[in-house]
Amino acid sequence: MIGELFTPAGLVALLPLLTGVAVAFVPSGALAAWLVIGGSTAAFVMACALPWQFGAGQLLLVDPLSAHMALLTSFVGMTTAWFSRGYIAVEAAAGRLDGARLRQYHALFLAFLGFMLLSLLANNLGVTWVAIEAATLAAVIIVGLPRTAEAVEASWKFFILCGVGIALALFGTFVLYLAALPVFGPGLQAMSWSALTVAAPQCRGTLLNLAFVFMLLGYGTKAGLAPLHTWMPDAHAEGPTPVSAVLAGSILNVALVAILRTRSILESNAEAIPPGPPIMALGLLSLILAALSLWRRRDVKRFFAFSTVEQSGIAAFAFGLGGTVAVFAGVLHMTLHTLIKSAIFQAVGRAAQLKGGQQFADIAGLVTGHRALGLTLAFGIVAIAGLPPFGLFTSEFMIVMETARRIPALSIVLGLGLVISTWALGARLIDLCLGTPTKDKGPAPGRFALLPAWVHLAAVLLLGLLMPGQVKAWLLAIAVSVR
Amino acid sequence: MTPHLAYGAFSYDLAHLLGAAVLVLSFGLLYQRRLTSIIAIYALQSVVLAIAATWQGWVQDSAHLYVTALIALCAKGVAIPLALRNIVFRLRIERSVDAALGVFPSMALGVAVATLSILVVLPNTIESETLTREDLALALSVVMLGLLSMITRRSALTQVIGFMSMENGLILAAVGLPGMPLIVELSVAVLVMLAFVVFGVFFFRIRDQFDSLDVSHLDRVGGTHK
Repeated sequence: MIGELFTPAGLVALLPLLTGVAVAFVPSGALAAWLVIGGSTAAFVMACALPWQFGAGQLLLVDPLSAHMALLTSFVGMTTAWFSRGYIAVEAAAGRLDGARLRQYHALFLAFLGFMLLSLLANNLGVTWVAIEAATLAAVIIVGLPRTAEAVEASWKFFILCGVGIALALFGTFVLYLAALPVFGPGLQAMSWSALTVAAPQCRGTLLNLAFVFMLLGYGTKAGLAPLHTWMPDAHAEGPTPVSAVLAGSILNVALVAILRTRSILESNAEAIPPGPPIMALGLLSLILAALSLWRRRDVKRFFAFSTVEQSGIAAFAFGLGGTVAVFAGVLHMTLHTLIKSAIFQAVGRAAQLKGGQQFADIAGLVTGHRALGLTLAFGIVAIAGLPPFGLFTSEFMIVMETARRIPALSIVLGLGLVISTWALGARLIDLCLGTPTKDKGPAPGRFALLPAWVHLAAVLLLGLLMPGQVKAWLLAIAVSVR
Repeated sequence: MTPHLAYGAFSYDLAHLLGAAVLVLSFGLLYQRRLTSIIAIYALQSVVLAIAATWQGWVQDSAHLYVTALIALCAKGVAIPLALRNIVFRLRIERSVDAALGVFPSMALGVAVATLSILVVLPNTIESETLTREDLALALSVVMLGLLSMITRRSALTQVIGFMSMENGLILAAVGLPGMPLIVELSVAVLVMLAFVVFGVFFFRIRDQFDSLDVSHLDRVGGTHK
């Protein structure tokens, strides 16, 4: 089983992990930053070959969904590593991270990325769980690294809430195994995602229900679904931004994928409850709660963390709705959100360094003072608000239309949530980017520091204006495989 | 599944008794007020869990479960409680008490939670073997009581013990399932070790920052930093 880690698919997760171990022993910060870039680029290069390696082993499962998510995660990991190099140099120069912590940061960055990729590609519920847990622990330590009182509290809250959530998910995993026991008998088969999906109709429906409740609550905590989202704003606001940027988009994707797979197991069992309505309820609650919370934030990073809760809620809602169109839109939404949100956090991180604070009161008039930075942030906010011509408009439009077609009453609630949050985002866009500039207290980003963010936004724009036929066929294949 | 685990057989009774003992100790954790006693009860719970895992290993004839038992005994029955005691004495908080709720309300809540767990599990597992379903009900009760004691306690140390007793409940669930693959036992073991390392780091940081283990001091981020 361990041998599968050395296949091309396994190397996607193994390379960042091994590089992470090596980085832990590298004394030079500059070299470590380059190794992080090397490790995450290697993961992305290996992930590019995943679409030609479909198959299910004991340890790894490469299907359209996992290949897509691994590609996305490793791409964001790679661009964030580029961003991280410049960002962390500024943090180190300002004395917020010293030598030993810098080394921990670089090693944990790769560990976080590697374990996320492993959990996406795992074909065993146990391995998925272990990898999510390990990624969480790495993130918890990174969030606590600045060692300010706020960072310590944020990582404590992060750890306790996600620890409890993940424990509930493990209980759900046990019950799922028990449900599959009559079909497979004792052994690894009864914990394999691919085998469970095929054999779901013969599993015990009542036990699947019980398992689903625990898995939804457990992985829902990780996905930041309300009312289990409270760790997210703290973790995003206090941790070093590169990890918040990866964290923002990627860790919740990992959890959403686990929920999506559990849903399709329940969906094909006649005895089990329909899994859609509970997921839709949590998704809508997250959307509404986050949309209202957006109005009350004073901290820029917490503001965008709530926007992440909102987007996660929309994706979960689409997955709960089910069917090819909704899952297609949900996967597209998740993909675009990951790209946009990491671009936004990159710009926000640089703006916070520039202005020496991350409150709305500290940051204003970015476009006047620093045109490139201000415009990047402005385009990012327009994109995340779901306005055309960016791609998120397409996915949100599809989700609203599909809801209106199938459950018309819910489309009102959904639309209301979207309008309230877009309005809040628009208001904050004006605060941050226009008006009289506030005083600069830190170094401005270099000319190409925001290149990764531009690449992300360009991709989102392209997918909004003219989605290539291959991409559409690819997303359709994913939607068909897990609908 | 295994013939000697039928209702009324000795092996069944003993397994059931051990599971129930773990649950009773969870109630102990819920109302105990002194830090040192809480740690002692946690250690005892882990030892009982180790015995339960050993017994299941023998009945199911599965060597993996002996490993689980050994981990529970060494790490959770001995090493972690000793380390926690060490922390308590080093921080000179061995005399402090921590009770957010009185004995009666916490016991009443505990009974309610345990009843709820049993009512949830038993009707849903009608087709499974008797021992498996009762074991699962006991395990879920232990998990829920751990969660409850995390909610009712205020100090970081007692919250951590509540969390670890939740993990004991998870292991109890795992050992009761016939032929659970080794991977899960290993992963839980890894989790406990990792979790403890993280906790250790936390303790010293919290102490450094606030001179106290009371987490209510820490409620600032959500309040003033919105």
